Amino acid sequence: MERFLPRFDPRKTGLAVLAPVVALVVAAALSSVVLVIAGHSPALAFQRMWEYGTEPAQVVNILNKASGYFLSALAVAIGFRMNLFNIGVDGQYRIAAMAAAVVGATLTLPKPLHILVIVAVAVVVGALWAGIAGLLKVYRGVSEVISTIMLNFIGGAIVAWAVTPQVFAVLENNVVRTKTIPESGWFPGFTWSGIPAGGSQTVVFGEIYGFIVISGLVGVLYWFVLSRTRFGFDLRATGSSEPAAVASGVDVKRMVLTSMLLSGAVAGLVGMPILLGAAHSFGSQDFPSGIGFTGIAIALLGRNNPVGIAFASILWGFLDVSNQILDIESIPKEIVTIMQGAVVLAVVVAYEIVRRIGVATEQRRVMSTENAAPPAVPPATATADTGGER
Amino acid sequence: MRRVTKLAAVVATAALALAACGSTSSAGGGTTTESGSPAATTSSAAALKVGLAYDIGGRGDKSFNDAAAAGLDKAKAELGVEIKELSATQGETDADKEARLTLLAQAGYNPVIAVGFLYGTALKNVSAKFPNTQFGIIDSTVDGATNVTGLVFAENEGSFLVGAAAALKSKSGNVGYIGGCLIPLLQKFEAGFTAGAKAVKPDIKVQVKYLSNPPDCKGFNDPAAGTETANGMYDAGADIIFAAAGGSGTGVFQSAKAKKALAIGVDSDQYQTAAADLQPVIMTSMLKRVDVAVFDFIKSFKDGAPLTGVQVFDLKKDGVGYSTSGGQVDDIATKLDEYKAKIVSGEIKVPAEPAK
Repeated sequence: MERFLPRFDPRKTGLAVLAPVVALVVAAALSSVVLVIAGHSPALAFQRMWEYGTEPAQVVNILNKASGYFLSALAVAIGFRMNLFNIGVDGQYRIAAMAAAVVGATLTLPKPLHILVIVAVAVVVGALWAGIAGLLKVYRGVSEVISTIMLNFIGGAIVAWAVTPQVFAVLENNVVRTKTIPESGWFPGFTWSGIPAGGSQTVVFGEIYGFIVISGLVGVLYWFVLSRTRFGFDLRATGSSEPAAVASGVDVKRMVLTSMLLSGAVAGLVGMPILLGAAHSFGSQDFPSGIGFTGIAIALLGRNNPVGIAFASILWGFLDVSNQILDIESIPKEIVTIMQGAVVLAVVVAYEIVRRIGVATEQRRVMSTENAAPPAVPPATATADTGGER
Repeated sequence: MRRVTKLAAVVATAALALAACGSTSSAGGGTTTESGSPAATTSSAAALKVGLAYDIGGRGDKSFNDAAAAGLDKAKAELGVEIKELSATQGETDADKEARLTLLAQAGYNPVIAVGFLYGTALKNVSAKFPNTQFGIIDSTVDGATNVTGLVFAENEGSFLVGAAAALKSKSGNVGYIGGCLIPLLQKFEAGFTAGAKAVKPDIKVQVKYLSNPPDCKGFNDPAAGTETANGMYDAGADIIFAAAGGSGTGVFQSAKAKKALAIGVDSDQYQTAAADLQPVIMTSMLKRVDVAVFDFIKSFKDGAPLTGVQVFDLKKDGVGYSTSGGQVDDIATKLDEYKAKIVSGEIKVPAEPAK
């Protein structure tokens, strides 16, 4: 049992950090090539992006985006750890946020309770929506890849139906939204103000969503449950090798269902930072969509590790926000989309290479101990050890 | 496990690629008049700097955004204004829209025009931060902001006229309406079209279909879906279909050609931009002159008498109407003009929401 507990190994940590760095460099190089071909200066583009993205007002925007991306990536990562691919985070968070907005707007409760109820509704609805895919997998053997994609469409249709003036929404200025949640259901944020560069008066740069704290706590919880509890061990074991898990007495069906429910519950939170911090209502067109898919890329980039995911979320937010400055410099901002795509592909390739290097060094180490003593450790266990993080 | 990782990478990349497809920005269109070469402007006043933020799709969507772009181009050519265009990204937040409008206002563009009602919330915040900048917004209004001009249209009135035209021309007593996305703005087109058709022939059958649901209103740019839906409607007896579906309209026209039926275009005079073989099926187009609104708004600044408040571009102002290219509605023009006069005088009130 000892062997499975994480041990700090400077060489392994170095390799783990190396992979995303290499991926980033490759992505930057690729986008530079595209920029040069298009006749723009990569240096200017990156410089302007950095200048703009580090302005306080944009830092606020980046952190606010990252708080949602982080939760989305965690939801995806829970599935990944279990060898489940929840593509349905997008549908789960949208239907959850819609339901939470509708319930939140009809209730009048004292402040903390009101927020709590809204969040609870989102978590439950997200979990139930993902749970459908879990049940289908457990009892009918339907691949969760297929069922969650289908559920995205069904969820989208339900949301579109619900957010109409005939059902739950109100129409104002061509925009349909659910009714606004009363102020007792708003999550207080952190207002950041100061004197801008070159200015003399204090201005408000923006408000960081208070929910970012909850996002962080969910990250800590993710780490704790997965690496410090029996349940987390079972989950990772099932993900690594199902037969081995069965042999050691893990109820795989129950694990599948539970992890889908957990993944969906976290997915349900994805819309909460913006719903409770800024929007206060759900508009079928102006509530951000696609965060669930962004989460897949971020989970890959962050290597299912909460700290890695946090960094990846901020990077993603930075790229999303700072691309606007390219537009005003007349540099095609799609370059950022190319960069994001390149990062995802490069990171998968880099991890695979790093993994092989890791396996090779491990085998060499085992070989050398074998030469010294009779084989006590089969090589397979050694690879499983390095394959702990995917 | 690595199977999942690979699959995930493919999906994530595909999602990004799709997102990129949906948001072709004005790569080449980011035309800026060199502010360092004021030789053209002989007067003492510097050239008017106009900033414009597009809705998703941006310049080149052959529809709504392009109509705004046309107005902007005309202003650049005829009024010699300096322009800057920024585009939107799929799935963005209000904060992103705010940042975009702030960029334009900060860079000294005045007026700044937001294309599309989705900018409403963002513009409310930005207009308060830049009280000395004048803003315009297409298809929406911002209550209580004196520096925001709402540029809105009476789409239902224009749709009423093409609905009447369809009913007058239909032999089967069965017409169709295809909307790009099930949103209230498009339901306004539907309400007008149905009311116009029923005004001519109370027992006419009007088939109604929408190609997509929000948030991804892909039905505005899905010609295949347009063809498929139109095929179904024509097969069910319709002989004229009003395609209020942006870029998907082409698909409807193709279906009309195959089924030897007729179709009605939207926003701009689509007879002018359609391929030659599709022109005969385009009976008329419902005009929504976003280009006129953009141009008039910019021109009002040039003339020193800015348009303010809420500007409704209706039949009276010729902000909406129908096109006559191809000559297919010439024989019923007098009847349509009678309806137009009645709407302008207020004798006919055109509903803005479909009857339940």
